[in-house]
Parts: sequence; structure tokens; C-alpha cells
Amino acid sequence: MNKDKKIIKNNSVGLVKTQEFTFESLKLESGEKFGPVTLAYETYGTLNKEKTNAVLITHALSGDAHAAGVHEGQDDSGWWDEFIGPGKAFDTERYFIICSNILGGCKGSTGPVSQNPKTGKPYALDFPLITINDIVSAQKRLVDHLGIEKLLSVVGGSMGGQQVLSWLVNYPKNLASAVPIATTIKHSPQQIAFNEVGRQSIMADENWQSGNYYASTAPSKGLAVARMIGHITYMSDTSMADKFGRQKKESGQPFKFTADFEVEGYLRYRGDNFVKRFDANSYLYITKAMDNFDASEGRPLQEVLQGTPVKILVISFKSDWLYPAYQSKEIVKACKLAGVESTYCEVNSTYGHDAFLLEVKEESHLIKHFLKKVFYAYEVTGEYGA
Amino acid sequence: MARKEIQLDHSVVLDLVKPQSSVLDLGCGNGDLLYLLIKEKKARVQGIEIDDQAIYKCVAKGLNVFHGDVDTGLAEFRDKSFDYVILNQSMQQILHVDKVLADALRVGKKVIVGFPNFAHYKSRLQMLFHGRAPVTVALPYQWYETPNLHFLSIFDFKKYCHTKNITLERQVCIGENHKIPFLRNLFAQVGIFLISK
Repeated sequence: MNKDKKIIKNNSVGLVKTQEFTFESLKLESGEKFGPVTLAYETYGTLNKEKTNAVLITHALSGDAHAAGVHEGQDDSGWWDEFIGPGKAFDTERYFIICSNILGGCKGSTGPVSQNPKTGKPYALDFPLITINDIVSAQKRLVDHLGIEKLLSVVGGSMGGQQVLSWLVNYPKNLASAVPIATTIKHSPQQIAFNEVGRQSIMADENWQSGNYYASTAPSKGLAVARMIGHITYMSDTSMADKFGRQKKESGQPFKFTADFEVEGYLRYRGDNFVKRFDANSYLYITKAMDNFDASEGRPLQEVLQGTPVKILVISFKSDWLYPAYQSKEIVKACKLAGVESTYCEVNSTYGHDAFLLEVKEESHLIKHFLKKVFYAYEVTGEYGA
Repeated sequence: MARKEIQLDHSVVLDLVKPQSSVLDLGCGNGDLLYLLIKEKKARVQGIEIDDQAIYKCVAKGLNVFHGDVDTGLAEFRDKSFDYVILNQSMQQILHVDKVLADALRVGKKVIVGFPNFAHYKSRLQMLFHGRAPVTVALPYQWYETPNLHFLSIFDFKKYCHTKNITLERQVCIGENHKIPFLRNLFAQVGIFLISK
């Protein structure tokens, strides 16, 4: 317990536990009925009596339900810990925060690694091809289960932002606001291309064996390379130069192609670390869901948003070249045309796509005040809350 | 906030806006005017602003604001999306004024324009007697640091409206702390116009 106290930082939500919610079946977008489905989730803060203070946080490709706090006996702060806690952007003294691992994930929710009840073995490629809308419809079931009819907000970056847009399009009546961050209505060919190289890398690993590797060796090399490519796209030219320069690593006996440069060592480290915590098949399924996503399914987004009372905050980052600002501006354009109350800010950052996890000060300021406006009576007119 | 403390140009704009209107402020800065419009006129407001630090201040006031420049920010709105489009002290800093004004008149049912009067007598005197580009309360910048791209007088703007068939609905000309009822092009530091098409 003493150890736990030491690793809990100031204004942390403290010790947290991952919980589970299981339901019989989910009707997928493809028409298939799939089940049972378990979602791993965590909550922080307290749901108020009126159930009006719930915020759903949606995670990115490699994220999980553990967004804040630490688990007992571990030194594992959540992936958005600096944003969630007393007095932070998601102030746990005001709001009830929910974060769940996505359907298809490998961190406690049902995914390819889960046991198929029909065979008693992991699903592997028998797992159905899921979509972002399926991921969101599973989240909706969890939100219903928690007895929340209307979320104060849904907030997420990158693939989390795709989920936010899916909520906005499919369940506008169940939201008071939405915050899509560093995301897009639909992937560009460039984004699909990077994901495809990642998938090819996994499938080219001889250990992959058409996805049936759970009883043998995992395709770790392939997954590590996929992750390395991912990391390159998450950073910027500037952030890489700042972090590594052309600094060389100190190594003993150089082989011709050792990781001489710091950046090479970093990528290898990131890749090797990732395989310890992530399932290669999940990576395939999730990246495919991201690539297939089109928030408004070919229709102009403004048509879908027309007349929605949901308030929207769109955030992008200047050096993000994976989800460039122009993609966020497409969302903003739809808001303008649909006459939706909205705010857009392109945060000045050199971190690249990673900025949504790292630009704590500016991003927190935007989210904190936006949520406050939506939650409390609009401080000047007192109109919100009807 | 007592009405007295309100900046004179803001107070003039407030008088021009009907209660419960929808307002788009182009170059809304820190959002002070929009905040007043909500508070005093129960307006539905939206701002557009280029400076990110100003945006953070707007957001802290609970305002809706788009990060972007005025020159391109207007094109994406539908015709008559707002009751009023405001360009207060921002028109002279816009690159393509003619295009933006035309677009503002398309997007707004009415447009409110406020700008510093280059023909104020102090400016004229500085030019005449010192031979220097004027630096006044309404035009406080040295030539090398001014954000202003265009220098116009109250006459210039009226002439422009006449040429472009723009209806001049109201005009209020102000000095440092009072309205100027006559010889406006000479004595007004700031001209504020309500126009429509």
C-alpha cells in the first residue's frame, strides 16, 4: 500500500480497478449477430443523481480502458492520466468519467484473442470484421447499462475521434456535446497506406500463420515493425530532431546494421515493448475498422449534423501530418454549414500526431472550459440544462 | 459590468444589434464584444479569430470560436446564416476587403463595420505639419509594426457603399469618448456602419 501511495501522483484519481460488462449479443453493421461481448471499462469520479455529468472517453488504436490512476501494486499510470483527475481537464470532482476497451481490442474486451464459445479456442480470424460503428454500438450498450441516457460529452483523439464522430452521427440524442481530436471524417489514401504496410508486416511474419498463432509463437517481429512505422507517423520531423538528433548510441561490438542512431534504438524499443502488450490480430482488425470508417457514409456530414443541438469542440495540432489540420477543418466546415454551435482550435505544437497525448496545457484548457460551458448553465445566459 | 465601463465602440455596436439575434464576429479577438452581446442582448454568437492565444481567452469565456483567418473563414457559411456579421476594427487588416465584405453581406442579413478614420483632423495635421504617417489613439501603430493593410476615411467607406449599391442603414461616428454629430470625417476617430444589401 505504501508503494502505491508513492507512485500515485498529485491530483491523480488514485487506485483504480478495471471492471467488466458482458451482454448476450451485438448486432453488427454487417447484419451478423455476435456474442457474447465483454467490455473492460474503468470509471473515475461519481455519477450525479440526475446522471448528467457522465463523460465517455474513447481510446486510440493501442489504448485501453485504463485512462487514469494506477492499478494496485503497479506503476502504470493511465494513458490520459494528466487530463483526468481532481481539477484537471476532466475534473473528477465534477464529472463521472468512463473509458472502455474497444470491441476487437486485446485489453480485456472481446477480440480475436478471446475464447470462441463454439470451439473453446481463441477466435483468431473467426472473429467478425468489425467497424467503428460496431465499436460504438457496444459502448452504447455499456452506457445504457450504467443507466446514463445522455452523456455530457464523448471525447477522443485519433481513432478515439472516429468513435466520437460515430457517436455524433448515430446517437446524437444521447449526447450533449462531442470533442473529436486530431481525427478525420474518413481516412485518406495516405492513412490507409500506412495501416496497410503495418498489416502486411504482420501477415508477412511466418509466425502469423493466418492468425492461428495463439498456441505457438506470436508474430512479434511483424507486429514490432508495424508499431515502428506507426511511431514514425505519430511524431514530426521537428519532434524527432529534438528528441534524437543524429545522436549515436553507445554499443559494444557493432554489427553492420546495428541500431547506431538513437532514433533506431527508440523505434526498436517501442516495437519490442508493444508486442508484449498487444495482439497482432487485434492490430489487423482495428486498423481495418479505421480505414473502412466514413462518418457520414458518403453523405455530406453537414446533412447528417443539420439541426443537431449537440455542441462540438474540434481540436487539431499544427505539426500533425498523419491526421492533418485540414481533416479537422472538414469537420468544422460541416458544422458551419449545418449551423452547429462549435469551436475549433489548431493547437500550436511540434509533437506531431502524438500531440493529443502530450499538449497537456493548451488541450486541457480547451476541454476544461468547453465541458464547463456545456455542463453548467452557459455562464452568461443560463440556457443550458433544458 | 456597469454599462459605463464598456468600450465606446462596443457600446455603439450593442445598440445596433437587436436582442436575441445571431451574430458572427470576424476577428473577434479576446471575445469581449461577443461576451457583451450574449450578456446584454441574449445573442447567439460565433467568433472567427486567427490568434491562438485570443482563442484560449474566448474559450475561457464560454464562447464559440473558429480558429482561422477572416479572408477564407466566411466562404463556408450558407447565405444569411446570421442576423449580423461584425467586422469591428478588423476590416482594415484583411487582405481582400472587397471579397470579404461581399461575403459578409451574403452570410449576414446585416453587416456592422467599425474602422479607424484615417481622415481624422489629428492625422491630417501630423501629415501636414510633421510630414509623417499619423500615429493617433485610433491608429496607434508605427508604420513598421501596424497590422493595418488599408487606410480609409469615413468618406471613402461611404463612397464605396454607394459604388457597390450597399445600403447604409445607420452610421455612428465616435471620438475618444463621445459620439461625433457633425463634420464626422474631420472629427471622428472611428466610424461604425450598419450596412445591408
